[in-house]
Amino acid sequence: MKKLIPTLLLLLVPLGALASEGAVQLDHVAIDLKDQAALQRGAKYFVNYCMGCHSAQYVRYERLMTDLGLTKREVMDNLMFTGEKIGDKMVIAARPADQEKWFGKQPPDLSLVARNRKQGPDWLYTYLRSFYLDPSRPMGVNNTLFKDVGMPQVLWDLQGFQTAVFKEETNEEGYTHKVFEHFEPPANGMKGKLTPPQYDQVVRDLVTFLTYIGEPVQVERRELGIKVIIFLLLFTVLAYFLKKEYWRDIH
Amino acid sequence: MSSLLNWIDERFPLTKVWNEHLAQYYAPKNFNFWYFFGSLALLVLVNQIVTGIWLTMNYKPDADLAFGSIEYIMRDVNWGWLIRYMHSTGASAFFIVVYLHMFRGLIYGSHQKPRELIWIFGMLIYLALMAEAFMGYLLPWGQMSYWGAQVIISLFSAVPVVGDQLALWIRGDFVVSDATLNRFFAFHVIALPLVLVMLVFVHIVALHKVGSNNPDGVEIKKKKDANGIPLDGIPFHPYYTVKDIVGVGVFLILFSLVIFFMPELGGWFLEPDNFSPADPLKTPPHIVPLWYFTPFYAILRAVPDKFLGVMAMFTAIAALFVLPWLDRSGVRSIRYKGPIFKLAVGVFVVSFVMLGFFGTQPPSPTYTAFARIFAVLYFAFFVLMPVYSKIDKTKPVPERVTK
Repeated sequence: MKKLIPTLLLLLVPLGALASEGAVQLDHVAIDLKDQAALQRGAKYFVNYCMGCHSAQYVRYERLMTDLGLTKREVMDNLMFTGEKIGDKMVIAARPADQEKWFGKQPPDLSLVARNRKQGPDWLYTYLRSFYLDPSRPMGVNNTLFKDVGMPQVLWDLQGFQTAVFKEETNEEGYTHKVFEHFEPPANGMKGKLTPPQYDQVVRDLVTFLTYIGEPVQVERRELGIKVIIFLLLFTVLAYFLKKEYWRDIH
Repeated sequence: MSSLLNWIDERFPLTKVWNEHLAQYYAPKNFNFWYFFGSLALLVLVNQIVTGIWLTMNYKPDADLAFGSIEYIMRDVNWGWLIRYMHSTGASAFFIVVYLHMFRGLIYGSHQKPRELIWIFGMLIYLALMAEAFMGYLLPWGQMSYWGAQVIISLFSAVPVVGDQLALWIRGDFVVSDATLNRFFAFHVIALPLVLVMLVFVHIVALHKVGSNNPDGVEIKKKKDANGIPLDGIPFHPYYTVKDIVGVGVFLILFSLVIFFMPELGGWFLEPDNFSPADPLKTPPHIVPLWYFTPFYAILRAVPDKFLGVMAMFTAIAALFVLPWLDRSGVRSIRYKGPIFKLAVGVFVVSFVMLGFFGTQPPSPTYTAFARIFAVLYFAFFVLMPVYSKIDKTKPVPERVTK
């Protein structure tokens, strides 16, 4: 029996090797959900750049007050523009039917956008930095992570329009296809207000906010978890000694 | 106090029940690690029922509202997030402890005479649990809820002649829809929990009738002292109640690690796709059930024909039911069984886990080929058991439990 378990575990080793195949290469973003300044900046970018088209219909403004360390006045003045009440949810005025006409489909609600993909935050960070000029597309831009995406580069005044360099690759069967190599910074006349590192910082803040709204309780959850685990450890140790005491007359 | 107890005992057999099932229920004294999972399964069942009741207070079984009501629970209901994570993690935890509990039964021969009915009731619990989990998984009304249900229900349409009618009857509509959600809700919150609780009751009644098996597979009732108490038996309470509390503590630590630090467990307990609301017009590229169904899902996919695949899948579960009659071995415990049985169990466990893994992966020729090999090995474990369990060289079983 003692030999059986390690043997079984050993037989499962190939699982790990199989599972790691075929992962998409994403840029990792280090986000800190306790960084209220980053969350506040992220909230500002979100309402300014995203909420023209995207809602966050499960998020209440009131929650931003408590979690982002803002006063009611600050939230009302900086994040709410169309006469909502503080207890309202972050919905938008655009009608889904109109949006479908304009974009081909309704831009998705972003409440859970950081949760509905594996490595959601990394995906968002990579995605928002992967728009490039492509005159063949209706919006003039394309995205290396999400090919032929319907969304335009809404952060263009910050990033400018970068270009993408592809190289031709021929595979064993003789087919050639384009493989993305790297981005060229925006050319003169296409530049944005920010340098690339500054832009990355903006995207990081935005992703921090999106990750927060995906599950607003995250920070509290982990903090409570530590207390619960400490309690359970003490409980289990006590239970163990209680068991030992009772079982003394058996052994 | 004692007069109150007397008053009750004259009207209800409280002391009698307490003694028969706890204080004077004699369990073998040599239970090991594997014997924690029965009581843990009971704990998880209670967890699921209690958290489930509180979830029901804010959940809306309506195709337009269901997804949003879950997010309402996660964000606006006080402690809603904790209750929901306890329920979602509890679902997976239930299968973990039940699989380990079943494995214990398998290696120590707890299915053998006279415990066949305990095993059968246990298998019925497992079956009810699968139905319960499958129907509960539809309720969040996410993409994987929706498409998972769509795929699994469509399996019934593989039945010849009446298949399509059968699938239609289950769904209550031509596709998974509000009607399906409503009936699954009814089954999930009342019908199946009732069945589960009643089956658990008879599982325990049957167990206490014949007495617990143990890692040596020795019948402790054969050697009794002058008072008729098994020499190797100890009262369940307090000895195993205090011991099980230690198990509960360790289990709750692991359970809390998931709930508080990784509630999705990297997509194994809560799939990323299920954080997008159900969209009947957009099929996810890769539809998979949650991990606890994937061994059977892999068997289904390994068979090229749909109907035969469905048959293979159900046979894979049905085979477990007849285990007590496939096992012809003279001894119960793996400790005294021969090398063939040990090898067979090893192959079986690896096949089950590998099938579970392949069931989560997108189909590819390599994976399908491997899944076929492991599916054959899975069935071989059962089909060949009457032969190898009989010819296997067993060791002599001791008179009394060891240690």
